[in-house]
Amino acid sequence: MKYIDEFRDGELARQIAARIAAEAHPDRNYSFMEFCGGHTHAISRYGVDSLLPANVRMVHGPGCPVCVLPIGRIDMAIRLALEHKAIVCCYGDTLRVPASDGLSLLKAKARGGDIHMVYSPSDALVIARDNPGREVVFFAIGFETTTPPTAAAIRAAQQQGLRNFSVLCCHVLTPAAIAHVLNSPEVKQYGTVPLDGFVGPAHVSIVIGSAPYEPFAREYRKPVVIAGFEPLDVMQAILMLIRQVNEGRAEVENEFTRAVTREGNGIAIDLMDEIFEMRAAFEWRGLGEVPLSALRICGKYAEFDAERRFPLEYAPVADNKACECGAILRGVKRPTDCKIFGTVCTPENPVGSCMVSSEGACAAHYSYGRFRNIPVVAEMEAGAAA
Amino acid sequence: MSSDVAEKVAAKVAVKKDYVRPLNFRHGHVDMNHGAGGRAASQLIEELFLKAFDNDLLRQGNDGAVFAPPALPAGARLVMATDAHVVSPLFFPGGDVGCLSVHGTVNDLAMSGATPLYLTASFILEEGFALADLRRVVKSMAAASKEAGVPIVTGDTKVVERGKGDGVFISTTGLGVVAAGVDIGGANAREGDVVLLSGTIGEHGVAVLSQRESLQFETSIASDTSALHTLVAAMLAAAPGAVRVLRDPTRGGVATTLNEIARQSGVGMVLEEAAIPVLPQVEAACELLGLDPLYIANEGKLLAVCAPEHEAAVLAAMRAHPLGANAARIGVVTTDPHHFVQMNTRFGGRRMVDWLSGEQLPRIC
Repeated sequence: MKYIDEFRDGELARQIAARIAAEAHPDRNYSFMEFCGGHTHAISRYGVDSLLPANVRMVHGPGCPVCVLPIGRIDMAIRLALEHKAIVCCYGDTLRVPASDGLSLLKAKARGGDIHMVYSPSDALVIARDNPGREVVFFAIGFETTTPPTAAAIRAAQQQGLRNFSVLCCHVLTPAAIAHVLNSPEVKQYGTVPLDGFVGPAHVSIVIGSAPYEPFAREYRKPVVIAGFEPLDVMQAILMLIRQVNEGRAEVENEFTRAVTREGNGIAIDLMDEIFEMRAAFEWRGLGEVPLSALRICGKYAEFDAERRFPLEYAPVADNKACECGAILRGVKRPTDCKIFGTVCTPENPVGSCMVSSEGACAAHYSYGRFRNIPVVAEMEAGAAA
Repeated sequence: MSSDVAEKVAAKVAVKKDYVRPLNFRHGHVDMNHGAGGRAASQLIEELFLKAFDNDLLRQGNDGAVFAPPALPAGARLVMATDAHVVSPLFFPGGDVGCLSVHGTVNDLAMSGATPLYLTASFILEEGFALADLRRVVKSMAAASKEAGVPIVTGDTKVVERGKGDGVFISTTGLGVVAAGVDIGGANAREGDVVLLSGTIGEHGVAVLSQRESLQFETSIASDTSALHTLVAAMLAAAPGAVRVLRDPTRGGVATTLNEIARQSGVGMVLEEAAIPVLPQVEAACELLGLDPLYIANEGKLLAVCAPEHEAAVLAAMRAHPLGANAARIGVVTTDPHHFVQMNTRFGGRRMVDWLSGEQLPRIC
């Protein structure tokens, strides 16, 4: 596939791996956080970490939108379906996230909730048009990547006069979360992890550009390299981060020049500004309350805000006590440091948020990498297959 | 009753029969009467099922097909398999629920190394289902059964109220014979064996996805649904005793199937990503939806675990068959007490290929 295969080339990967090994100083360690779940997925799926030297460590950050969705928000969506009898539309991987009372959206569907998986908010608009007698709510989650389509759907609903459509808005913002990882009251509680830099999320930056990370890089003295989601993108970004660290620089660099500009997508930004406003604080699963880190629908479009249309109260729900997701999302602990990893908590029965989506740190390690923790007794190498 | 009267009665019955309106396959719909066991049910059977599947055993018209058991040589065994078929949408590029219900059960028999003999079919129809669609499904089943050379010899029809079905559900059961000396089973894989795949993966799942109401996208991908028993016969003939495990990677795809075999046999596997054939269109669709072709369903492919010394002979036989033209060795069986299936990625790394967790759901971004 054009523009895909070029970024999965094994020979190029070996060349970059050799350069990383040559440029990483053997007498120091490098820890980089890949903020975004898309990077976590790519690293695990293509085995990128197996190509890095031992002193270069990748730390999974809180950038999986499904992982950071707090239980209380999923409870709200479930209440909309079961108590208010609304048709709830959501993205696929939201369906399995554990909620209160042993429920999830998938289990609520089995109990009679009218819950639809959609591929975009515009599918929810179609469902609203086809069911004029029912309330249809789009459960909107995700970072800046999925926010513009939600905004476009709200504006379209207004233009089309769709009175039975609303949005449960749970969109969150990336820069606030990155800052929170380095600078929050909980950091003391969990301890700190030496982070030397960040691989910045590509799709988010296609929307907001690379500029919003500049104050962060300056203030915290941490380099950021915006990278695409192909494995070669990630490897190139790691090499760029190592070079910045070696040279004592802390800048925002853009590896993903084929799609990201410094300014971002002006039309998408204007649309988001028109429809949404900042929430003073928002609870993130595993991170707690993060100030100025999420969006709500502004007054002008209040009629499309499910939180105002329905009697919905947000009630925070504590994570399972044995779950280490908070520490794992901050990079303080690894998935295997958690006592319930792979035993009580598995992708079939996720206890913590990191085990839910394949982009979550725990699910990615469980599904793609757990063989590394268990010595295989004897193994015949596959050799060249026919 | 005098013969005179009897003749008159018979003539009257014959005349009455002519007054029964034939089923309206253009505009008619299934209704509850079609499942009530009365005249309407009998008419549906005669005008649709009997006509399409026609064979001596079915024509007996009894509750069961009565036949003498096949003469089995010493060491040969009978195999039975049953499979329920629910698919949405019912019609998709390359097939429909009808041919799928024949291929599915024929393939379940074939994966034991069997020669399939007979099929049964049970239909659960939803009230309101268009007779035209039902006829299309039944015709497709009949064609698939004829092509496979495996007749449908008995069946059943039930109708459920509107809203309690999804148009049509079809269950098929098959009977087959495994020849003496053929020992194929999921527990037979051994360290050093090779893992063979009969062709490109993921076409069926992507073809069905492309037609889903919420997702419709244009694609040239057609389902690979087909009956694999002649391919299996060719493989078994090429190197008797060489094939130890056969399995068709349907739901859960290649990844899940290999994990099943690894667990059943108590072994591990190491795959080579570069050797696994995937059509570029399938790869592109999966890329778009955030899905992994290794977990996508197939309906016309098989995985075989084979003794390494016979790899060339079995692969050659596969490639000589139209359904195995793209056959490839995709990995080897290893000793691994954890029964992990691992893969050397095309990128040069190593990762696990784990069981599918629940349904594969598209990632959000």
